[in-house]
Amino acid sequence: MTTQNLTRRHRVANLFHGFCFTVAWTGVVILGILLFHVTGEGLHWLDLQFLNDFPSRFPEKAGIRSALFGTLWLISLTATISIPLGVGAAIYLEEYAPKNSFTRFIDLNISNLAGVPSIVYGMLGLVIFVRLFDLDRSVLAGSMTMSLLILPIIIIASRESLRGVPSTLRQAAFALGATRWQTIYSHVLPAALPGILTGFILALSRAIGETAPLIMIGALTYVAFIPEGPMDEFTTLPIQIFNWASRPQKDFHELAAAGILVLLIVLLFMNSFAVYIRHWLERKI
Amino acid sequence: MKSNQTKIESKLASEAKVFRGGRAKSWREEVIKTTLFFCALISVLTTFSIVFILAQEAGGFFQDVSVFDFIFGTHWTPLLEPRSFGVLPLVCGTILIVVGAASLALPIGLATSIYLSEYASIRIRSLLKPLLEVLAGIPTIVYGYFALTFITPLFRTFFPKIQIFNAFSASIVVGIMILPMIASLCDNTFRAVPDSLRQGAYAVGATQYEVTTGVVIPSALSGVMSAFVLALSRAIGETMAVTLAAGATPKMTMDPFVSIQTMTAYIVQVSLGDTPAGTIAYQTIFAVSALLFIITLCMNIVSHRLLHRFREVYE
Amino acid sequence: MNRLFVCLTLSAVFLFLVCERNSEAKERLKGKIRIDGSSTVFPITEAVAEEFQKLNRKVRVTVGISGTGGGFKKFSAGEIDINDASRTIKRSEIQNAEQNGVGFIELPVAYDGLSVVINRNNNFVDHLTVTELRKIWQPGSTVMNWSDVRPEWPEKAIHLYGPGTDSGTFDYFTKVINGKSQSSRSDFTASEDDNVLVMGVTGDENSLGYFGFAYYWENRFKLKLVPVDGGEGPVSPSEKTINDGTYKPLSRPIFIYVNKTGSKRAEVQEFVRFYIKSAPILTKEVGYIPLPAKEYKNVQDRFEKWLKNPLLSEKVSSGAKIKKVLLEGN
Repeated sequence: MTTQNLTRRHRVANLFHGFCFTVAWTGVVILGILLFHVTGEGLHWLDLQFLNDFPSRFPEKAGIRSALFGTLWLISLTATISIPLGVGAAIYLEEYAPKNSFTRFIDLNISNLAGVPSIVYGMLGLVIFVRLFDLDRSVLAGSMTMSLLILPIIIIASRESLRGVPSTLRQAAFALGATRWQTIYSHVLPAALPGILTGFILALSRAIGETAPLIMIGALTYVAFIPEGPMDEFTTLPIQIFNWASRPQKDFHELAAAGILVLLIVLLFMNSFAVYIRHWLERKI
Repeated sequence: MKSNQTKIESKLASEAKVFRGGRAKSWREEVIKTTLFFCALISVLTTFSIVFILAQEAGGFFQDVSVFDFIFGTHWTPLLEPRSFGVLPLVCGTILIVVGAASLALPIGLATSIYLSEYASIRIRSLLKPLLEVLAGIPTIVYGYFALTFITPLFRTFFPKIQIFNAFSASIVVGIMILPMIASLCDNTFRAVPDSLRQGAYAVGATQYEVTTGVVIPSALSGVMSAFVLALSRAIGETMAVTLAAGATPKMTMDPFVSIQTMTAYIVQVSLGDTPAGTIAYQTIFAVSALLFIITLCMNIVSHRLLHRFREVYE
Repeated sequence: MNRLFVCLTLSAVFLFLVCERNSEAKERLKGKIRIDGSSTVFPITEAVAEEFQKLNRKVRVTVGISGTGGGFKKFSAGEIDINDASRTIKRSEIQNAEQNGVGFIELPVAYDGLSVVINRNNNFVDHLTVTELRKIWQPGSTVMNWSDVRPEWPEKAIHLYGPGTDSGTFDYFTKVINGKSQSSRSDFTASEDDNVLVMGVTGDENSLGYFGFAYYWENRFKLKLVPVDGGEGPVSPSEKTINDGTYKPLSRPIFIYVNKTGSKRAEVQEFVRFYIKSAPILTKEVGYIPLPAKEYKNVQDRFEKWLKNPLLSEKVSSGAKIKKVLLEGN
C-alpha cells in the first residue's frame, strides 16, 4: 500500500512539474506571437532613415528621431531620480524604522500609491511640477512625474528583497562592531541587490511604456528637434506610436508597428544590461 | 618611567581618538538615517498632494451631485444630455476586468514562478526570467492594440457574438501585463526561502511537489501575497490598454463580450478629450479618481491586516 | 562721367544690400511657437509646422494633443500660443481667458465632412434624411431595428458606432442632428479612435456609424457611404460637396485660436500667415477639405486687421458661408 501511495505521490509531482513547465513557457509563446504580429507589420519600415528623421505628414519621410531621444532622456533622468529615492526609502523602512503606527501608515501609503492610475499621476505632475515648480513641459517635469509613478514599485520590490536577507548576516556584522549603515552598505545591500535590480527593471519598463500621464503634462506629439537639456520640450516613443496608430492612413499604422519594434529593442537593451549585472551579482553570492 | 608615561599617554590619546571617531561616526549615521527617512516621506507627500488635488475638485462636484446618487446610481451619462451621474456602471466595468485579469494572471504567474525557482536549471532561468520581464515592459498601448487587432478577431471565430470592444480581450491583455510582475516577484521570494527548509523536507521523503506546496509557498506566503496585491493594484489602475480594448460605453453588465467602460478609461477619455476645464463634466474625473483611490485604499488596508498575520521570520 | 559711374555703383551696392537684408529677414526669424489642442486638427498643424520649419530653421514649433478642452485650459492660462480646436470656444473658456487677460482670435482653417457609413454588404439603405438620423440618434430613442426607421427595411437589429462622447466630432454631430450639443442616446459603441469605428463597421453587417471624412476615404473600398438628405436631396460627401457647402449639415469647420500676446512676436505672425496661405494645399494632403478660396482671403484679412487692432478678442467667424454652416448647415 505504501508503494501505491508513493507511485501516486510521484505521479502528482510529475504532473505538477509538467503543469508549471507548460505554463511558464506560455508566457514566452505569447510574447512570440505579439512580436511576430508587430514585426510583420512594421519591419519593412525599419531603416536608418526611419531612425534619423523627424515626424512628417508623409509616411515615407517620417521618422522617430525626436521620440527615440526623448524616451532615452526620459528614462535616464527617471532612473537617476527614482532609484536613490526608492532604494533609500526601502532601506529606511526595512532597517531603521521603528515598528510603530506611523511606519505602518507609510507602508499602507506606498501600497496604495501602487494602484493609483497613471493618469492621476499625470494630473499631479501637471499641477505640481509644471505649474507650481514652473518646470513647464520639460523632460525634467516628465521624469519627475514618472519617478513618482514607479517609486512604489521600486520600494516594494526592494523591501521584499531586503527582507529576504537573513538576519544572521546583519547580526554577524553588528557583532564585529559595525554601525548600522556600515552593515547595510557592505553586507545587506549587496545581498539584496539582485532583487532590487528586478524591481528596477520592472519599474523602468513600466515608465518607458506610459503614454497618458505624459500627454497630460504636455509632452508633445510633433517635435522636430531632440532635447538638449533637462528643460527642453520632448516627445516619447509611445506617444508617437499612439499618434500614428490613430491616423487613417494604413502606412502610418505600419509606421506605428515599426516604432513599437524600436521601443522593444530599447527595452531589450535596458533589460539585458540590468539582467547581466544581476546575473553577475547572483553568482557572487 | 618617562617612557612608560608616554606609552600610557599615547594609548589614552589613541583611545580618545577612537572615542571621538565613534562620536563622529554616529553623527554621520544620524545624517544618513534622516536622509533615508525623507526618502520614505516622499510617498506620504505624494499621497497628500493627490488627496488634496482630488478633494478640491471632487468637493466642487459633490456640491452639485449628491453622494448617494453618485455611488448608487446605475446610469452614467455625464457628457450626454440628459445627464446622469451614477457611477456603478464604471465600477462594474472595472471589477469585470480585474476579476478576469486576476483569474488569468494569479495562477499562471504563481506556477511560472514556481517553475523558475524550483524546477528550472540556471541556464533556463537566466533565459526565461528576462524574457518574461520583456513582457512587462511592452507599452500598455501595444497591449491595447494587440487586444483589438489580434485577440478579439481570434476569439470571434469561437464566439461570433463578441463585439469589437469587449471586457474579455481587455482582461486577457491586462492579465498578460501583470503576469511578469507576479512571476518575477514571487520567484525572488521563493529564492529567499532558506534551502535548509527544503532539505529538511526532502530528508523526510517528500516529493518535489510536496516540498513546494507544503514548505516553500507557506514560508513565502507574505511575499506571494505582496506580489498579488501589487499586481491587482496595477490591474485596477491600468489605463491605456482598457481604454483601447474595453471600450467607452458605460454599462451595468457581467457579460464579458460587450463593450463596457472602466473608471480609468473614463478618466483618460475626459482628461485628454474636448471637455472644457472647470465644468461639472470635467469635475467628474476627480470624483471618479477619488472613488478609485478609496477603493484601492480599502483593499490595501484589508490586505495589510492579512499580511501582518502571515509574515514569517526565518530564524 | 566718373561721378555717374560712382553713383551707379553706389546705388547698385545699396540695392544689393537691401535685397540681401530682405531675404535674410526670413532666416532671422527665431524663437519658439507652442501649439496644443485637438488631435483632429493635429495633422494639418503638423504639416504646416513641417513646411514652416524647412523655411525658417531657427524657429522651433512644437505641437501637443491634449484635446480641445485641455488645449483651451492651457490657452486661457497663456501657456500656449495657438490652440488647435475641433469645436468653437465655449462660454466658460472665454470667461477663463478674459479673467487671465488672454485675448484671442478664432480662425477657421479647414472643413471636415462627417461621413455616415454602413457595412459594404448592406444593400437596402440608399440614403438617410436628417429627420431619420435624428430618430435613430436622439436621447431615449426607441429605434432598435432597421425597420423602425423605414418600415420597408428588414427587421434586423441596428448596431450603432460613433465617436466618443467627449470628442468634437460627437459634439458637432449631436448639435446639428439632435439640435442640442451632446444630446444623444447612450447605447452605441463609442470610440475615441476612428480607426476602431472603421473596424467595427466593416466587421458588422448591421452597423451604422459616423466619423471624419479622412477615415472614410482611406477605407472607401471597405465601407459604403450613406448620402445624407439635408433638405435638398441626398448628397454624398466628397471634396466638392463639402467645400461648397452642399453636403449639409454635416460639413464642419475646424479652427485655430491665436493668443494675442503670442501674436506680438514676429515668428507667430509669420506662422499664422503661412498657415492660412498653405492651408488650401496642405489640408488636402492630410485628408481634410479646404475652405473656399474666398474664405481664406477673408480669414487672412481678419487676422491682419486683428493684429493691428487693440481690441482684445474676436470670436465670431464673420465668413458668411461658415457662419451659415455653423448655424443652419446650409
